[in-house]
Amino acid sequence: MAAEREPPPLGDGKQADFEELEDGEDLFTSTVSTLESSPSSPEPASLPAEDLSTNSNGPKPAEIILDDDREDLFAEATEEVSLDSPEREPILSPEPSPAITPITPTTLMAPRIESKSMSAPVIFDRSRDEIEEEANGDVFDIEIGVSDPEKVGDGMNAYMAYRVTTKTSLSMFNKNEFSVKRRFSDFLGLHSKLATKYLHVGYIVPPAPEKSIVGMTKVKVGKEDSSSTEFVEKRRAALERYLQRTVKHPTLLQDPDLRQFLESSELPRAVNTQALSGAGILRMVNKAADAVNKMTIKMNESDAWFEEKQQQFENLDQQLRKLHASVEALVCHRKELSANTAAFAKSAAMLGNSEDHTALSRALSQLAEVEEKIDQLHQEQAFADFYVFSELLSDYIRLIAAVKGVFDHRMKCWQKWDDAQITLQKKREAEAKMMLANKPDKIQQAKNEIREWEAKVQQGERDFEQISKTIRKEVGRFEKERVKDFKTVIIKYLESLVQTQQQLIKYWEAFLPEAKAIA
Amino acid sequence: MEENPDPGEERQPCSVSMDLQGDGALQVEISDAVSERDKVKFTVHTKSCLPHFSQTEFSVVRQHEEFIWLHDAYTDNEDYAGIIIPPAPPKPDFEASREKLQRLGEGDSSVTREEFAKMKQELEGEYLAIFKKTVAMHEVFLQRLAAHPTLRRDHNLYVFLEYGQDLSVRGKNKKELFGGFIRNIVKSADEALITGVSGLKEVDEFFEHERTFLLEYHTRIRDACLRVDRVMRSHKCLAEDYIPVSAALSSLGTQEVHQLKTSFLKLAELFERLRKLEGRVASDEDLKLSDMLHYYMRDAQAAKDLLYRRLRALADYENANKALDKARMRNREVRSAETHQQLCCRRFEHLSDSARQELTDFKARRGSAFRKNLIELAELELKHAKASTLLLRNTLTALKGEP
Repeated sequence: MAAEREPPPLGDGKQADFEELEDGEDLFTSTVSTLESSPSSPEPASLPAEDLSTNSNGPKPAEIILDDDREDLFAEATEEVSLDSPEREPILSPEPSPAITPITPTTLMAPRIESKSMSAPVIFDRSRDEIEEEANGDVFDIEIGVSDPEKVGDGMNAYMAYRVTTKTSLSMFNKNEFSVKRRFSDFLGLHSKLATKYLHVGYIVPPAPEKSIVGMTKVKVGKEDSSSTEFVEKRRAALERYLQRTVKHPTLLQDPDLRQFLESSELPRAVNTQALSGAGILRMVNKAADAVNKMTIKMNESDAWFEEKQQQFENLDQQLRKLHASVEALVCHRKELSANTAAFAKSAAMLGNSEDHTALSRALSQLAEVEEKIDQLHQEQAFADFYVFSELLSDYIRLIAAVKGVFDHRMKCWQKWDDAQITLQKKREAEAKMMLANKPDKIQQAKNEIREWEAKVQQGERDFEQISKTIRKEVGRFEKERVKDFKTVIIKYLESLVQTQQQLIKYWEAFLPEAKAIA
Repeated sequence: MEENPDPGEERQPCSVSMDLQGDGALQVEISDAVSERDKVKFTVHTKSCLPHFSQTEFSVVRQHEEFIWLHDAYTDNEDYAGIIIPPAPPKPDFEASREKLQRLGEGDSSVTREEFAKMKQELEGEYLAIFKKTVAMHEVFLQRLAAHPTLRRDHNLYVFLEYGQDLSVRGKNKKELFGGFIRNIVKSADEALITGVSGLKEVDEFFEHERTFLLEYHTRIRDACLRVDRVMRSHKCLAEDYIPVSAALSSLGTQEVHQLKTSFLKLAELFERLRKLEGRVASDEDLKLSDMLHYYMRDAQAAKDLLYRRLRALADYENANKALDKARMRNREVRSAETHQQLCCRRFEHLSDSARQELTDFKARRGSAFRKNLIELAELELKHAKASTLLLRNTLTALKGEP
């Protein structure tokens, strides 16, 4: 998984890539056609070319409009290409709000044009290049490293602190290179904030690494064995990948909480992330409730794209799980092989020592050395199996869960809209009844209520269309990332296998003359 | 039994793999083998110009128990006390393999048809490999006997090779097994007594050295056998693990989006090929390393047995000396005591000379067998590693070339 900054893999070819995708690609055709064929898409302020592919370089047409009625609190990176209004409305992180409620003004939205009057202060000021780069989505100059795990404190209150280092040339950050110390719950806190803000409006927020009570307890208790070192390393690598994925997301990168996480030396403790806290339990209850709700929502899917995608992701999920399980078995057995080879190496050395035949004795000692080196090799390969291949798969299994979540939010959004329509209908009927019964004061109230609910219906419809649009874009981006990720990992993994074989060749070539030397 | 001195006969260096060319006098091989239910029937084919046999070329069918009978006939024979008796071949054991095949047959619904077919193929390969090994073990046993200048002249060997009927040597019944067990205990107790307490002085440095060496060597090589077996098993497990990985990659590939499809499918194919290569590595290591170590463990045991017999003979000689002294003192039955003492002395010396030769040969044999097998092992490992590298490189090139 590459958070390393890579130049666009095929220089100009990148363009070609996009075109290719546009033409033949499942993922994009429907998106493109929908957007292009319906310029009068639900939102009056929609952006003509919202998919990434056409957005490469060059300024967008001037009618870029910034909506502030959209649920995502930051304008999209793609839309920001209109550079006359580099100012953005930064929105400070709200209190953790319940997942479902969008944060919108309930008044009707009017299309706004370009530099609207924003009252909030500008936090950053971005250059044209940076924005273009981010619009590209591929080249964005930020590198994150998580390193130096350090145990802080003692006993059950102890925790691991990790150094988070950022290297960037983006001007939204105060410095080019900086690092902070963070603990695991800080990461969870960050994720929680991002999820609260962005998930329910359709953004695929990368999930944070999982908690592990057992693993952490061992570390706290101070067990200095290899399993707790492995656990810490596994976690460190997972945290790094998590951050790298998060900053790759153009929208999330803008988020002030993320910036605060990366930059500020002190961070308020995120207590609500503890598994057994009140908030934790509330989360679990909510999750269960959501699961039940999901089963009962019957949505009229007007857009086959969503159904298709959901099915695709469902299949992908199953396949990845199967692959992951089989790779885990591979890792396990390779580790066993390494251990057994080490044991054999020792007994071969002992055999060599006791061997009477001098030349044979030497050869056996050499054999023991070779086997010892090979055991190291197996161990390294097992690490590669795990950290390169297996962890990627488990990351994507959890990412797909996030994707599924986003689809679910869309369903809930639809339901809200539908409910509003039903309520509106009821209100209308009530009004009609009042009309008949001729109760003037009640009629007025009914009319008010109707107006209220008409607005809600419109809002619901807009929300629904917005989330649908966002999801399409997000899925497109996600799939692109996924393809890149997988390809990179596959190549990296194969290279590790090649490396192992080459080492084997070296070792056995060195041994062969020793065997031949037995007189 | 005719005297058939072959003074200039060179014994070929023995190794586990069949390097034994008998000379024209006696050539033995196992030309065929059939596995039935729980027994294996070996067809032993002999070519000989020795006048003792009624034909120059003939075959018989033998089962494992008959090989054991032959081996015991040699070890029980006083005349061969000074010779390292080639270790008996281990009993054919298809148990583990059979169990695995059965478990596979019982079925696991999560396994696809292709996976099942591959696993079955693996297991059948394993079964075949075990079969080939047991044939090789039995053959080597006979060939070593046929190559040894003294052992090849044994009457029981001729019977074994030629007698058309079943030798009616059913598996050792309980009494015999028990007897064998007791014999072993007595033997080790004897050895301990003889060497430890009774002050039996080993005057010969050569044998003292050999004893120390063999005791330690046998322990170490047995340990190495156990550990190398575990390595084999892990390696096999690893090769088998590639099957579900390949299957999962394949089904992913067929369902994936266009850009990843080829990557996954190529990867699936790669893993399938890697599995075969890993399997071959595992089985080559098995043959060249594991089998060799096991064989020389058994051979070392046979050498230890020889040393024990010699020690017993030494003890007898010592006792005879003591008896002679006593007889002389009492001046009674001196003559018989003298004869007995001379007999013991001759026997001991003859045994010692023979043992010295045998142990020297053992060392040489060991050296050349290990040499051959280690060279072959290294060469095979290199071959497989190079093949793997090529395979991986080709796949990498193909994948990198993808848009």
